[in-house]
Amino acid sequence: MTVTAVQKDPQALTLTLDAEFEASQERVWQLWADPRQLERWWGPPTYPATFTKHDLAPGSRVEYHMTGPEGDQPKAYWDIVEVDPPRRLLVHDGFRNDDGTENTDLPGNEFEVTIAESGENRTRMSIESRFPSQEAMEQLLAMGMEQGLTEAVGQIDAILAEDRAAV
Amino acid sequence: MQIAPPHFDRMFGALADATRRDIVRRAIDGEEGVAELAGHYPMSFAAVQKHVAILERAGLVTKQRIGRRKVVRTNVEGLRMARRLLDRYEEMWRGRMDRMTALVAETRKEKHR
Repeated sequence: MTVTAVQKDPQALTLTLDAEFEASQERVWQLWADPRQLERWWGPPTYPATFTKHDLAPGSRVEYHMTGPEGDQPKAYWDIVEVDPPRRLLVHDGFRNDDGTENTDLPGNEFEVTIAESGENRTRMSIESRFPSQEAMEQLLAMGMEQGLTEAVGQIDAILAEDRAAV
Repeated sequence: MQIAPPHFDRMFGALADATRRDIVRRAIDGEEGVAELAGHYPMSFAAVQKHVAILERAGLVTKQRIGRRKVVRTNVEGLRMARRLLDRYEEMWRGRMDRMTALVAETRKEKHR
């Protein structure tokens, strides 16, 4: 089981998840630092993400879009607030308009990633997600970004099948 | 996707304030009236009364008569809704973590070949 602990604070509007991976710290960091890997897990299968601009440097803006089942392509961005490879990443995640400019009508949220070695070839990753308001949280969820869980199972199967085919 | 009852926005607005969140927390027991609640905060009775009124309009608390007293009680169902929203967000991140695990496992296999 990947996720080892979850903490939810409905009043402070924070969610913290801890996960443990059988991999090195550097390997887990690559999941964030390599845009092609990021694309394979950031969005659910029905809303895969494509990262068009990706540089994890402080102050830089990462740009991506999702592609929906109807062909819709909502644009979004990350503002890299703080970064300390391969240990820590603080991101403000928000939406962009069709012309690429920042969409200030839709809420963003901030998340902090902490990656630490927890043993021989074992790495713990913690993600703390913070919302500016409950309204912001509800709006994000209503935009179909929460479909992760049920679809993830299918995607894992697909990745494993692909892996077997490559053997 | 419809997950919000009509008064949801009002509820979010009401919970955006730290004092009001604290009132919601204290009123879970439903033992205190507005005057007792006001004793916990460095503000006037009128200010606390105003906060309670906002929470009441948002459906987060109700005033109930117990004998001769009127107590403020949290509408737990309202809070559960906030909780459910976080649950769904958790699912999204769990999905991501599962996909990350799959990717990491894939590289491990490649190394073994």
